[in-house]
Amino acid sequence: MHKTPLLDQLESGPWPSFIKDLKRVAARKKPAADLLGLLERSYKDKITHWKHGGIVGVLGYGSGIIGRYTDLPEEFPGVEHFHTVRVNQPSGWFYTTKALRELCDIWDEHGSSILNVHGSTGDMIFLGTTTPELEPCFAKLTAKGWDLGGSGSAMRSPSCCVGMARCEWSCYDTMDLCYEATQNFQFEMHRPSFPYKFKIKCSGCPNDCVAAVARADMSVIGVWKDDIRIDQAAVKAYAGGELKPRGGATPYAKLDVQADVVALCPTACMAFDGKTLKIDNKNCNHCMHCISLMPQALRPGTETGATLLLGSHAPILEGAQMSWVIVPFMEMETPYEPFMDLVANITEWWSENGKNRERVGELMLRLGMRAFFKGVGLEPPPQTVKTPRANPFFFWHEEDFEAEAAGRKYIK
Amino acid sequence: MATIEYKGKTFSVDEDGFLENLDQWCQEWVDYVKDSEGIKELTDEHWKVINMLQDYYKKNGIAPMVRILSKVTGFKLKHIYELFPSGPGKGACKMAGLAKPTGCV
Ligand code: HEM
Ligand code: HEM
Ligand code: SF4
Ligand code: SF4
Repeated sequence: MHKTPLLDQLESGPWPSFIKDLKRVAARKKPAADLLGLLERSYKDKITHWKHGGIVGVLGYGSGIIGRYTDLPEEFPGVEHFHTVRVNQPSGWFYTTKALRELCDIWDEHGSSILNVHGSTGDMIFLGTTTPELEPCFAKLTAKGWDLGGSGSAMRSPSCCVGMARCEWSCYDTMDLCYEATQNFQFEMHRPSFPYKFKIKCSGCPNDCVAAVARADMSVIGVWKDDIRIDQAAVKAYAGGELKPRGGATPYAKLDVQADVVALCPTACMAFDGKTLKIDNKNCNHCMHCISLMPQALRPGTETGATLLLGSHAPILEGAQMSWVIVPFMEMETPYEPFMDLVANITEWWSENGKNRERVGELMLRLGMRAFFKGVGLEPPPQTVKTPRANPFFFWHEEDFEAEAAGRKYIK
Repeated sequence: MATIEYKGKTFSVDEDGFLENLDQWCQEWVDYVKDSEGIKELTDEHWKVINMLQDYYKKNGIAPMVRILSKVTGFKLKHIYELFPSGPGKGACKMAGLAKPTGCV
């Protein structure tokens, strides 16, 4: 074991420490021991000792494994190769203990034993192995029914919130969509051919537990079209303190319906006279604030589906951007043909027009929403206007002028 | 940097086995990669891919995007994987002697 005074300091706080975890593995695994040594060295030298990513993989796949090498292989032979294997996670991250044991056994045999459960793409991450171990590890994984996730300029493993498995707010079956999208885009996941990465994340409601709006090129967020369902008796029970706000998950004993709910509604579309709660549903923007605070009194409507948003990413120069509404409402029923077709159209338009390493959101901004909608075959819906009444300009297509001249009265 | 000896030639390669320098590229290199990548016979189709990659690389200094490779050769991506089982980057670029394409996680 290397001496690691700088890292040891990280164990002193009150929080769980990855150093403590790694030391436990290091006692029986050389790569983990050398990983600690290398990290200590980086803290001392104030520079990373990992080289730029390598290209390794298994036959037939262009993605799923990320090559890593240290620039100090003589001193730290255990991390001379330290490749990462992305294992496609099950929808909603539900594993049986048996499945977890199988994964751990495979990784104990073919890698460092260090896991990242889970990476931010969603995959189960096996951290640290050597090139010769890749094929045998992959063979063991597939024999147990697992597959690699996406990496590089490919479709990344779709991911989703727990959805209907655990959550009453889910407006569509996120786990099913995630599974079907994963199956549908197998080729695109394993054979990178896009300008850059493309992520699909599925949240069942606007609480957006997988942060789809900020972390996915295609954000699929559950929503309802009709009215919020109200149980007025339960509203009274919240107002009277018999029911605790947010299912008891706040420090407050009693909800002040006027101050905590009505006054904080972002569109000011609620009213409460002490007895009855009213919602002007036309002006509700489905933020989930009221529903999250009073789950027993309020529920999403019953005409449910999803809003599709496109383009979030975090480029260095412009800063992070959120996804932008492109389809205000889509029904989400298996086999999700309209969704799959739209994603295929979008990736095709982007592959055709995008520059190397340009995310679809950057391309959409570069060429403009007008070109985007036309390119992917969508009608431009009014909901894409970010600040209504502040963007009075619409740039018409030449065909529109011609159609007007030929007598067309309204755009449908 | 490592070196590889094959049929009387010596090649210097990076840790992923890509040639350090396109000037070293020759028929022996192609044969060497062919064996290590598990390709049985080299066909005209393999050569079409190799030639395209080298032309593009000499003009632009980088490997082409996969889509451009597909367009110019007329081979669908699926077919490129049939020709080069480890794919256009790890298989075809390596055989063509290009520097390692920069990947992204
Ligand atoms: C009959 C005369 C004019 C008409 C019908 C007219 C009409 C308009 C309209 C429809 C807009 C867009 C409004 C909006 O953003 O919602 C506009 C914007 C503007 N107009 Fe005029 N305009 C007239 C004269 C002028 C004159 C004389 C000036 C300057 C000396 C001027 C300066 C501007 C500017 C600076 C804007 C941009 C405002 C912004 O982007 O917020 N306009 N005009
Ligand atoms: C140093 C001088 C000026 C600066 C730094 C400046 C800067 C800007 C900026 C940043 C915008 C917003 C552009 C956009 O968001 O698309 C703008 C818009 C505009 N500026 Fe200026 N401006 C200057 C002088 C002028 C002058 C002298 C006029 C008119 C005589 C003018 C007329 C306008 C108009 C009409 C717009 C609105 C354009 C539109 O909405 O399409 N500006 N200006
Ligand atoms: S995003 Fe909504 S539906 Fe999904 S788990 Fe979170 S609250 Fe429930
Ligand atoms: S969901 Fe949000 S916008 Fe809609 S009524 Fe509740 S607080 Fe208001």
